[in-house]
Amino acid sequence: MKNNKTRKISKLKNDSKWAALMLTPNILGFLMFMLIPMVATFALSFTKYDMLRPPKFIGFNNYIKMFKDPIAREVTLNTIIYTVITVPTGMAISLLLAVLLDQKIALKRFYRACYFLPAISSMVVVSIVWQWIYNPEYGILNYFLSLIGINGPKWLQDARTSLVAIAIVGIWKNAGYNMLLFLSGLQGISTSYYEAATLDGASKWQQFKYVTLPLLKPTTFFIFIMSIIGSFQVFDQVMLMTKGGPGRSSSVLVHYLYQNAFQYFDMGYACALAYLLFFLVLILTLFNMRAEKKMGEIY
Amino acid sequence: MKKKKKAKKTIKITPVRIITHVLLMLGAATMLVPFIWMLSSSFKSLTEVFAFPPTLFGEAFKWENYFEISGRFNYFHYFLNSIKVSLWVVIFQVFTSATAGYVFAKMNFPGRDKIFTLYLATMMVPFHVTVITNFLQMSNYGLVNTLWSLMLPATVSTFGTFLMRQFFITVPNELIEAAKIDGCNPFTTFFRIAFPLAKSTIATLAIFSFMGVWNDYFTPLVYLNDQRKYTLPLGLASMQGMYSTNWPVLMAASVIAVLPVLIAFIFAQDAFVKGVMMSGLKD
Repeated sequence: MKNNKTRKISKLKNDSKWAALMLTPNILGFLMFMLIPMVATFALSFTKYDMLRPPKFIGFNNYIKMFKDPIAREVTLNTIIYTVITVPTGMAISLLLAVLLDQKIALKRFYRACYFLPAISSMVVVSIVWQWIYNPEYGILNYFLSLIGINGPKWLQDARTSLVAIAIVGIWKNAGYNMLLFLSGLQGISTSYYEAATLDGASKWQQFKYVTLPLLKPTTFFIFIMSIIGSFQVFDQVMLMTKGGPGRSSSVLVHYLYQNAFQYFDMGYACALAYLLFFLVLILTLFNMRAEKKMGEIY
Repeated sequence: MKKKKKAKKTIKITPVRIITHVLLMLGAATMLVPFIWMLSSSFKSLTEVFAFPPTLFGEAFKWENYFEISGRFNYFHYFLNSIKVSLWVVIFQVFTSATAGYVFAKMNFPGRDKIFTLYLATMMVPFHVTVITNFLQMSNYGLVNTLWSLMLPATVSTFGTFLMRQFFITVPNELIEAAKIDGCNPFTTFFRIAFPLAKSTIATLAIFSFMGVWNDYFTPLVYLNDQRKYTLPLGLASMQGMYSTNWPVLMAASVIAVLPVLIAFIFAQDAFVKGVMMSGLKD
């Protein structure tokens, strides 16, 4: 009996050793490239550091500078505008596509592949093609608009439309991905709900409103959070298509962070901006989690 | 067979069905037109690209555009660099994620769940919070401007670890006990029993990390400034800046850049779809 127990303990210890050994490469990478950099970024956000001289502690000055910096305010506002444009529109389009595809329908796989094509292509390729689409002189978008009698704007070259143009590309690229998430949510809804609703004489629209939408709420919530987090980190298409311009009209938080860190080499300030981004994402996530918890109580 | 017949019978042409198809076609066209134009202009001459109104086909197929790419740019280098980085990242990410995922799912040691919670928590931390100090770290090691700066930090993935753990949890404990009784140590149990079972999840993770690395623009932009070290996305972006007037050649280069992911997608559509759906799982 006693022997058995000690054997068990020694086996557990042995297991722990193996576990530690098997975990080492992963933990090492996690510490080196994830956790320590996270902490170091926070520490550096309280310093002035240009990579030439050693970091100098300056307390909260970077954060104070951030609140006074009109550019920081403008890029944060642009990021929020971008989010407000892309998230609801993108979700509505993805949901529509998912509902349409969630039927017995011919060419299902073909449609799914088409919608997913932008999602698997790199933003660089997408940006190159969209720059042609947006070109005021020979682009296809203004050509189509001219067919219905609209004189198209200069899209990327106009401060009034540049952010919208960037947002359209964002919506276009992510529509298929979110559609797929919605589709898997829809397939999780039991058909018996619809059968019952049909028996009660509910129309298609009523079924959608009173069965599909409420039961799809967890999926919708998840996509909502992920889309917001994603759109707060938008960078590629900004850097590739407008470089933030004209002026600062399409510059976003990550773009400004990139400029500060890797063009102006103001590392301390860039770290403070990184934590502003982190803070905003954290607030949104916590807020959403609370709302979701409340929703859980309702059901 | 019987089922098929039944399905055919129930499909009627109704107005709703027609509207559905029209909408789906419209959506598909919106998604496809940019790619079709990319393909068609990669075969056009320089003047045809700027034709207004735009035309779908040029006078003749100009294959020359495809041969001109490597003559004008270090395109071959970009491609090779992309392949190097992708191979490294896919292989190591799968290996480190699978071993750690297995430990988190099936092995016991003190503090296991706390560490895993930490992993989960960092999954929502924006990438940009770590990139600055990772850059400083790489610069300290003298690795900036080498492909190592792209490969090393991507060796471990929290998402991959999470994905693999989710799979290994579903493996029955009896199977692992049986392997132990047969004299396997924990590593051989993992490698011979659990790892082969995880084939489809591994395929999903591999394809996901491949897509991520192959298309990544931000990381190379930060770490690389030597033209010969560029990966495809960065190379393409620089080609556009350097030689923006030659659209046909640029489009041909873009077509080639998209092809590998497209081929992977065509052959493994279900693994892709599974990956998206898995990324939608919370716990």
